[in-house]
Amino acid sequence: MNYSVNKEGYYGSFGGAYIPEMLYPNIEEIKNNYQKIISSQKFKNEYNALLANYAGRPTPLYFAKRLSEKYKTNIYLKREDLLHTGAHKINNTLGQILIAKHLGKKRIIAETGAGQHGVATATVCALMGLQCIVYMGEVDIERQAPNVARMKMLGAKVVSTTSGSKTLKDATNEAIRDWINNATDTYYIIGSVVGPHPYPDLVAKLQSVISKEIKLQLRTKPNYVIACVGGGSNAAGAFYHFMNDKNVKLIAVEAAGKGIKSGHSAATMVLGKPGIIHGSKTMLMQNSDGQITEPYSISAGLDYPGVGPIHAHLFDTDRAKFVSITDAEALKAAYQLAKLEGIIPALESAHALAYLGKLKAKKNETVVVNLSGRGDKDLSTYIKHLPI
Amino acid sequence: MNKLNTLFSDKKKLLSIYFTAGFPELNSTAKILNELDNAGVDMIEIGIPFSDPLADGPVIQDSSERAIANGMNVSFLFEQLKNVNTKAPLILMGYFNSVMQFGVEKFCKQSKSVGVSGLIIPDLPIEVYLKEYKHVFQKYDLKNIFLISPQTSNERIKLIDKHSDAFIYAVSSSSTTGTKNGVNADKEKYFSRIKKMNLKNPVMIGFGISEKQSFNKACNYASGAIIGTAFIQSLKTKTHVTEFIKTIR
Ligand SMILES: Cc1ncc(COP(=O)(O)O)c(C=O)c1O
Repeated sequence: MNYSVNKEGYYGSFGGAYIPEMLYPNIEEIKNNYQKIISSQKFKNEYNALLANYAGRPTPLYFAKRLSEKYKTNIYLKREDLLHTGAHKINNTLGQILIAKHLGKKRIIAETGAGQHGVATATVCALMGLQCIVYMGEVDIERQAPNVARMKMLGAKVVSTTSGSKTLKDATNEAIRDWINNATDTYYIIGSVVGPHPYPDLVAKLQSVISKEIKLQLRTKPNYVIACVGGGSNAAGAFYHFMNDKNVKLIAVEAAGKGIKSGHSAATMVLGKPGIIHGSKTMLMQNSDGQITEPYSISAGLDYPGVGPIHAHLFDTDRAKFVSITDAEALKAAYQLAKLEGIIPALESAHALAYLGKLKAKKNETVVVNLSGRGDKDLSTYIKHLPI
Repeated sequence: MNKLNTLFSDKKKLLSIYFTAGFPELNSTAKILNELDNAGVDMIEIGIPFSDPLADGPVIQDSSERAIANGMNVSFLFEQLKNVNTKAPLILMGYFNSVMQFGVEKFCKQSKSVGVSGLIIPDLPIEVYLKEYKHVFQKYDLKNIFLISPQTSNERIKLIDKHSDAFIYAVSSSSTTGTKNGVNADKEKYFSRIKKMNLKNPVMIGFGISEKQSFNKACNYASGAIIGTAFIQSLKTKTHVTEFIKTIR
């Protein structure tokens, strides 16, 4: 089985570039250049230096002793939460800003849900002295206020999106519309393995450093790699170098929100069917008329009705197991990690952690959980739900 | 014979109007179609409302949202169109997910049976169309209308021309729908570039055409022009359809 993108931009039957003609030249420019750019020695030198000296890579692979005792297995946490700006998102934005510079773009746009990608984009724009505009849903602006303040301090303009569900999907629509209206001078730094080809492949390659390091750090083979999935970039990065090794079980955790059947959920693989969102053919939550469903999750970063086409393919071929975790389960896992290990995880990552309780791994097995981000941005939510 | 082919052979300065099905009321569709037809509009584009219309600005987004809330969907639209018989050719314009979920072949078949002449699906790229859907469109004599923009290369315009058989939709500037910037020198340069290419297909200009002046200017370079956002705006203010058309020509 092949898990890489093919020449036409598909993973199996998923992917492609279903975009209006107005975007064709923009996408074509990236498609024709990205592989050449990211495999050049110049890019590698610059990118690796920034990852090491600016972002803080490699991130530790931490053996979580007390958590392991609790679940009677061997649990390692891949500490993407320790990266500069607090999540894996910076792996992607550092790479894409170098591409934007190479292509001579002056204006950078991005969408954001939790605000982590927005912050990571604002950060690299400040670093490179480029103009930055971030689209963010009105609902997310409210629930991720610290990140909005950070983006502003970093010099970005945050544009509130008031259409649709006012969350990540709508912010992405607005970013794409901005790009249509500013076709020549603007580069769109997309925040996950979503959107039209070649973005899913580009972002997966930039995030693949996560599994590259896990492989080196762990030395033995993990039995399980667990990651949460919004659009799927931290999961794609954590799975990337294990995809062709069937002995490593890949577990992708989606947000069940208030419960799969509650009507307030973001569990795309359970509730979706193939469709087109943001220029990509993928699994998609939609009604029978093909109108895209407004998703829900307590975690802004998982509140997305689609999923990257690479994951639709991993799901379709049974290479990865897709599970879902409710708001309440995620909150519980976050409080538990804080108490047992002294680490406050992002709400997104807490979904991956919550699956440990259901995994039933054996005593001699090894489990890697990708701790995609830290919980600072979620403190107000954590305080609100704090168990006394 | 497809109505679109005869339309272009004997007329100039064609006026095409776009509106969203099911807006302002669920059952407005047939009434608006008949009024446009009686007002002498040459071609009518019926928009299928979609929850996430990427190529549309706020006015069409809003009309789509309201149409969906009114209960509009593809099968209901086909029901409405069964009872309409216009002189002007009808084109359905929508996003590919709506067509895909309905079923591409079923969509084409029903389009044909209610008298639709062509389809505009902005997010269905020509490569995918040629590989997977061309034969289906042809089976039901539906013309697929492609968009081009000022950024489209001459080479790609030629490819699009080669595979078109009705007209080419020239988007007046690289923008979403409803940007009111009229027809300036830059656009005129682009329009004359297209005109000089001597394409085998006629060209209609759309996006940003909102009133008489921009309509007339566009017509200097093409077979006609398309007005969408401005018409939808007039529906909101309850201007009579005939009155609106009179302001254009
Ligand atoms: C910490 C963290 N983890 C995960 C995600 C989800 O994104 P993805 O699925 O692309 O990794 C986000 C998105 O904002 C995030 O901030």
